[in-house]
Amino acid sequence: MPRKTYIAAIQAALAEELRQDPNVILIGEDVRLGVFAGTRGLHAEFGDARVIDTPISELGVAGAGIGAAATGLRPVVDLMFGTFLYLAFDQIANQAATMRYMFGGQTRLPVVFMTQNGGGIGAGPHHSQPVHPFFMNLPLIKVVMPSTPYDVKGLLKAAIRDDNPVVFLNHLSLGSQRGEVPDEAYTLPLGKAEIKRAGRDLTVVAAGLMVHHALKAAAELAESGIEAEVVDLRTLKPWDEETVLASVERTGRCICVDESYPVCGGASEWAACISEKAFYALKAPVQRISNAHVPIPFSPTLEKMVIPQPAAIVAAAHRVMATTLPERN
Amino acid sequence: MEPNKLLDLYTRILRIRRFEEQVGTLFAQGQLPGFVHLYIGEEAVGAGICALLRDDDYIVSTHRGHGHVLAKGGDMQRMMAELFGKRTGYCKGKGGSMHIADFSIGMLGACGIVGGGIPVAVGAGLSAKTRGTDQVAVSFFGDGASNEGSFHESLNLASALALPVLFVCENNQYGEFTPAIQAMNIRDIALRAQGYGIPGVIVDGTDALAVYDVAQEAVARARRGEGPTLIEAKTHRRGGHAEGEEAFLGGQQYRLADELAAARRNDPLLKLHTFIVENGQIPLETLETLDHEITQAVTEAVAFARASEAPDETILYEDTWV
Repeated sequence: MPRKTYIAAIQAALAEELRQDPNVILIGEDVRLGVFAGTRGLHAEFGDARVIDTPISELGVAGAGIGAAATGLRPVVDLMFGTFLYLAFDQIANQAATMRYMFGGQTRLPVVFMTQNGGGIGAGPHHSQPVHPFFMNLPLIKVVMPSTPYDVKGLLKAAIRDDNPVVFLNHLSLGSQRGEVPDEAYTLPLGKAEIKRAGRDLTVVAAGLMVHHALKAAAELAESGIEAEVVDLRTLKPWDEETVLASVERTGRCICVDESYPVCGGASEWAACISEKAFYALKAPVQRISNAHVPIPFSPTLEKMVIPQPAAIVAAAHRVMATTLPERN
Repeated sequence: MEPNKLLDLYTRILRIRRFEEQVGTLFAQGQLPGFVHLYIGEEAVGAGICALLRDDDYIVSTHRGHGHVLAKGGDMQRMMAELFGKRTGYCKGKGGSMHIADFSIGMLGACGIVGGGIPVAVGAGLSAKTRGTDQVAVSFFGDGASNEGSFHESLNLASALALPVLFVCENNQYGEFTPAIQAMNIRDIALRAQGYGIPGVIVDGTDALAVYDVAQEAVARARRGEGPTLIEAKTHRRGGHAEGEEAFLGGQQYRLADELAAARRNDPLLKLHTFIVENGQIPLETLETLDHEITQAVTEAVAFARASEAPDETILYEDTWV
């Protein structure tokens, strides 16, 4: 199977979807040039009408994507950095998240807001703050955060074909990561997690970059005889409760790792659900690992202290393995 | 203007006026939940613009949106049922006064966020252009919205991409309770078009014929693929920002005396009626019959809304994910 970078897999997904459906368009700042290469080369094939450069105007462009979706197109709106979604937040939260419902089902909004989420490259707070919990909180919005080149291609194609608004979060620091990506077309279902590593002792729930940190931690834990199961959520909303709960039922221990702030973050949502629905399977309290609750600092030394690292997962794993709840009757 | 066109314009205005008068009464009687923002005094703008549009042209409206729905040809019964929060309403009771839409006639929705609908209209224009049709999209908004970032981003974007959009600013002189002249340091919002390299036209928004004339050129320009136009329709709202506002203003007055007098002098319905009568093209009894029919239709809409069932829990969870 050919090996591609995460970025090349994004390109492939966009090219395939632009080719197979004339209603798919790509709009955003510098999409012709493709600053981070995800959209590079597409303008040459699809031209001005399908690959549309816009002013730096996130609110306007996001709204235009919504209006275009309501009138027959399937726009992919490229918003470059996750933090820029805050500039478009009114359109996503007040229009995209409400219109179909608020208008009694009169419309569908097949629009993808694509951006790069998270940190890890020393870009400073305005380009690195994770944004996904805000969108997870909204009704009617799907949120996807792929971790591998294979996943990003299949999930992006599925997101473009989905009739609902999707916030699609590529990870800022995974762009050059390589993996096997088939040349042929395939989609991956939104809302389905994948067990990236099986293990009997504890479950680690993660998405995006945190999947890689969890896999590193799992490899290290294996050396001391602890087998961690890594569940990659892939889609953050709707998220695959079933796969996660089944895993926790098997292992009895769980760590939720999310690259976002601890209050109302991803880890909080997963941990709450697990505690509620798999309570009697638990042998130890569910652990949450999140960003430190400060803006993302620039210095790589400091940034590493904010974003959860494999060592924190290893430490949490040892902690939960050392805990056993008293027998209940 | 040909008599049938003139009658069409008059009908659109009259439908709005009679509907809104009834809504005002119902709200005062405590029969309608939520907020209601009436379009009385501004009818000539929506009517004058929509009289030029086809069913497949798009409009996006505001919190003061009843008039736009009706001007585009919306159904009174489904509107009234929506205002009552009933399941037979346009949105099954999930939208209410500020969120009525009728996608079957290109009415893409009213919007409770000031300026929130403008980018959506730009998207409809982008869609028309991409699909290679000659449809146009009209964004209605108020003077208040012209101070929002979404207005400025939308004008620039539509201009840069030469999109078939009409930006129709209904300058009713107040953003909520604050006089527009206090909220901006210019008198004419049309001036703002210059900053985006598009035509900016001022029109008497209480004169339906003048609005129609101005819009004709803007629509033609958009259909020719030459890009957007900003139309500033200077108008007045007859009532307040919202019905029942006295209750939360605590008796404070905010209307400027000369503006209030101008609002009373410049009634768009009366203006067009006078023109028609003086012109003599349409018999007076035709107008009277029309008024009777419309009044009757409003009464029936209220009866329909009252007789309709409230939405149940299945409707609560409908229309989420496709």
